[in-house]
Amino acid sequence: MTADGDPLRRLAAFTPARIALGRVGASLPTREVLSFALAHAQARDAVHAPLDAAAMAGQIQALGLPTVQVWSAAASRGEYLRRPDLGRRLSAPSAEDLARLKHPACDLAIVVADGLSSAAIHLQAGPFLAAFKRHVQARSLRLAPVVIAQMGRVALGDEIGALLNARAAAILIGERPGLSSPDSLGAYLTVNPSPGRTDAERNCISNIRPEGLSHERAAFKLDWLVGEALRRGITGVGLKDESDLVLLVPPGPRTALTDDS
Amino acid sequence: MPYRHQVGATTWTFRDLKDLLAKATPIRSGDHLAGIAAASAEQSVAARMCLAELPLKTFLNEAVVPYEADEVTRLIVDTHDAGAFAAIAHLTVGDFRDFLLSDDCDARVLEGIAGGVTPEMAAAVSKLMRNQDLILVASRRRVVTRFRNTIGEPGVMAVRLQPNHPADDLAGIAAATLDGLLYGCGDAVIGVNPASDSIPVLARISDLLDKLIARYRIPTQSCVLTHVTTTIDLIEQGVPVDLVFQSVAGTEKANASFGVTLAHLREGMEAARALKRGTVGDNVMYFETGQGTALSAGAHHGVDQQTCEARAYAVCRAFEPLLVNTVVGFIGPEYLYDGKQIIRAGLEDHFCGKLLGLPIGCDVCYTNHAEADQDDMDTLLTLLATAGVNYVIGVPGADDVMLNYQSTSFHDALYVRDLLGLKPAPEFATWLQDIGITGGDGRLLKPGGAHPLLRFAREVSA
Repeated sequence: MTADGDPLRRLAAFTPARIALGRVGASLPTREVLSFALAHAQARDAVHAPLDAAAMAGQIQALGLPTVQVWSAAASRGEYLRRPDLGRRLSAPSAEDLARLKHPACDLAIVVADGLSSAAIHLQAGPFLAAFKRHVQARSLRLAPVVIAQMGRVALGDEIGALLNARAAAILIGERPGLSSPDSLGAYLTVNPSPGRTDAERNCISNIRPEGLSHERAAFKLDWLVGEALRRGITGVGLKDESDLVLLVPPGPRTALTDDS
Repeated sequence: MPYRHQVGATTWTFRDLKDLLAKATPIRSGDHLAGIAAASAEQSVAARMCLAELPLKTFLNEAVVPYEADEVTRLIVDTHDAGAFAAIAHLTVGDFRDFLLSDDCDARVLEGIAGGVTPEMAAAVSKLMRNQDLILVASRRRVVTRFRNTIGEPGVMAVRLQPNHPADDLAGIAAATLDGLLYGCGDAVIGVNPASDSIPVLARISDLLDKLIARYRIPTQSCVLTHVTTTIDLIEQGVPVDLVFQSVAGTEKANASFGVTLAHLREGMEAARALKRGTVGDNVMYFETGQGTALSAGAHHGVDQQTCEARAYAVCRAFEPLLVNTVVGFIGPEYLYDGKQIIRAGLEDHFCGKLLGLPIGCDVCYTNHAEADQDDMDTLLTLLATAGVNYVIGVPGADDVMLNYQSTSFHDALYVRDLLGLKPAPEFATWLQDIGITGGDGRLLKPGGAHPLLRFAREVSA
């Protein structure tokens, strides 16, 4: 059976997953083996690309949001990949820079960090922030300057949030690239951010990109979580994402499957 | 208490039991990251020589994580079966390796000692074993579990069908599920990792899988892999839940970083069992683990990552799970750097799981920032299948478009079942024949236009 003869081929439109590939005996047809190898090669290359912090600062400032640039304690991309602990804390000069701002108390610190995909930041961070800014205005949130962090991991947002005197920290970070999605953005929210917070104390929104969770939907979710986090003083496993309940017309699941019984 | 070993003119000293275990571990990046790895190749072998002479009883007297500070240690100590241990109580760690490899050590013997083996003993003996030893001993042990089918019997290798979608789109999840079923996958579980942790979204996915399984009378189970407390919420809201999932680790503090305690797991197990949805058994728990988890949570207590992983298995076995799998290469190169380290870790995890009596499978996988590729996965998959792994993962084209990593594919499962003559779970194999996916010889048929699952597919795409 070849892919052309695969009866599931029409269903491939419903998912970016690699379905209906066909088979030769038990194995993949040659074109699928090569197509996979190409995607893997591209993802490998994406992991090692550096963040264009200057371009990001320009994009974010164009939204009317001031920016600050910082570096984690990792000295090189290679060290960053092997030593995630260094990516979770600021370099000493960057920590001093933020402390020196003596930023007054605010509601939310937004951090933009490369994580494992600079491409995700280059492509998604600007449009996401444009969508999120409308919620910030509607909620009259007091924002810290947007911090652009090089070689940063998720927990870096907590140290930055604490230094900026913020009630909550949201870090937008490049997720580890998949074969079909080298440019997927994640957003993590921590209330009362400080170094040492655990993953269980954070809420996560993942797969933010046009083919996954749209910028508009993701901004809506983050706004809902920020609102609840500030109102109730909790994030993480104690705060379930129920933002879908308040959407009047939830986009999404087709009904053909569930109405067939 | 320090341990010493002399090699030639050099006397090597190891500060305590956990230092000895860490230094004896085959090289991996996570132990270097933790600053506990051997400083030289010779030190590592000296540690193994020292470990080989250590009586197994030592592990009953010296905890690597203090009893008072850690509920996982308390679980291990308080549930230790002294009767089962009696058969191996006289052995050193080195003798234990020889015992396990001897011709007399068959399935019955391995089953008999399981309750007497602590995770630390399992980890210790694995450090003295080569890959072939890990494969050979594990291959002798079968652990059979049941919910709507029977998983783990000799000659059976099941597959978890993992039809994830980046936006939890129901048609997308259904499309990938049908694709997998048509390749004979899905007998371990049809298990979705949702992108969302929103209750309504999780309920819709659970309903979809429930309808599919009920409509086609598929002898398998579904699972939406979310936090145990969320699954309990779903059960309370009347959502059809077959299995309760949770990621677990080998220390109380690491589990706390997941927001989970042993009490949560018990509550989840009891809630799912009360639903009585299993038809041939009531193994209702599904756990995932992985080396490096405790360290990534800053909760390893100076214990090497492989020993921490074995301790997670003590957590799992307390809850009579249907399925447990290590997600071996998911965590990244800072813990398992390359294909060689991932392959070794996968074999260790499977061996330790089987020795402790777990129905263990493996997510044979890697990420794009690790030094690994499909060739490494082929190697590990083939080795684990020869070792008798309970199940592996089936992701369309090996590319998980939600979790952004590469696992094994439906084709990979087909390859290894073909190569080694392995069958799906018996009830599921019968269903595959009855519904016309496989023929009388168990091999895949070419689907025809009248295939019932394809009718379903046509409705989805309508």
